[in-house]
Amino acid sequence: MKYVRQFLIILLVTFLGEVCKYLIPLPVPASIYGLLLLLGALLAGVIKLDQVKEVSGFLIEIMPLMFIPAAVGLLESWGALSGIFAEVAVITAVSTVLVMGISGIVTQWIIRSERSKKK
Amino acid sequence: MKEMLCSSVFFGVMVSVLTYELGNLLKRKFHLAIFNPLLVSVAAVIGILLVFQVDYDSYYNGAQYLSYLLTPATVCLAVPLYEQITLLKKHLKAILGGILAGVLTSLLSILAMSIVFGLSHEEYVTLLPKSITTAIGMGVSEELGGIVTITVAVIVITGVFGNIIGEAVFRLFRIEEPVAKGIAIGSAAHAIGTAKAMELGEVEGAMSSLSIAVAGLLTVIGASLFAGFY
Repeated sequence: MKYVRQFLIILLVTFLGEVCKYLIPLPVPASIYGLLLLLGALLAGVIKLDQVKEVSGFLIEIMPLMFIPAAVGLLESWGALSGIFAEVAVITAVSTVLVMGISGIVTQWIIRSERSKKK
Repeated sequence: MKEMLCSSVFFGVMVSVLTYELGNLLKRKFHLAIFNPLLVSVAAVIGILLVFQVDYDSYYNGAQYLSYLLTPATVCLAVPLYEQITLLKKHLKAILGGILAGVLTSLLSILAMSIVFGLSHEEYVTLLPKSITTAIGMGVSEELGGIVTITVAVIVITGVFGNIIGEAVFRLFRIEEPVAKGIAIGSAAHAIGTAKAMELGEVEGAMSSLSIAVAGLLTVIGASLFAGFY
């Protein structure tokens, strides 16, 4: 029964996320509203951690599988993409490395400068 | 054989999970970044579909149920985030600063390279939301007049690429703090990168989850400004 209850809570929050998306005219998906709602409910103590822990752990573990169908969909969008593929490949590779490097360096730099200030 | 595979409800899901697990085994055996389970799975499924002449729609007919769970799974990312809430509060300035730097880097680097390659305005705005999660990125691309199918393809390529190169980038830039690793991978490679961050550790996973939401929302604002620059 534990798993049914946990799954129900997660589906309820997901549905509330869809309601938010319907009511608020912003390009924000239901999943982000749901994430913020669940975080808020956990922080407020409305939902307890052990009421969602196992089922959320399962869903997060299998999450990479959920991207496979969309990525295989490249088969379909190849026609539209192939004309500018070389440019897109370079831009994607360079900008992904830069974004990852710079956001990581900035975060680490602020953490370390705050830490040394305290000492 | 072809008719059976095309009409099967479970073929799509089964072959997706099977090839992913195969990727897991290869990764454990050879410890090479190229044996990324997601990459192995996508390449193998595409190969299988081509060899057996199964069209994408027949595959997707079954495989869609995997994607169906993506919304509740994303909602569940609140749980690791909640478990790391003290760390989040403690490093709030560093986290927000890092994500903002990532979003600006993304928009600026795409602007610069679009000018260099002489892309059209339509192609430029198609690429602008490439580092954020598909559901938000599609909306941004549509709003700015981009080609949504290409945006989705580029977002997926970015995610898989970021998932594969994450650890190499951390070595290259000497990024050692777990919080910084999570922020970096989530800001650059959204939810697909977060799958990698979850493997690296609980802190990395939680910080990466947070970046999906924050970077996504900042990009909504940033991209509409940047669309006017070229």
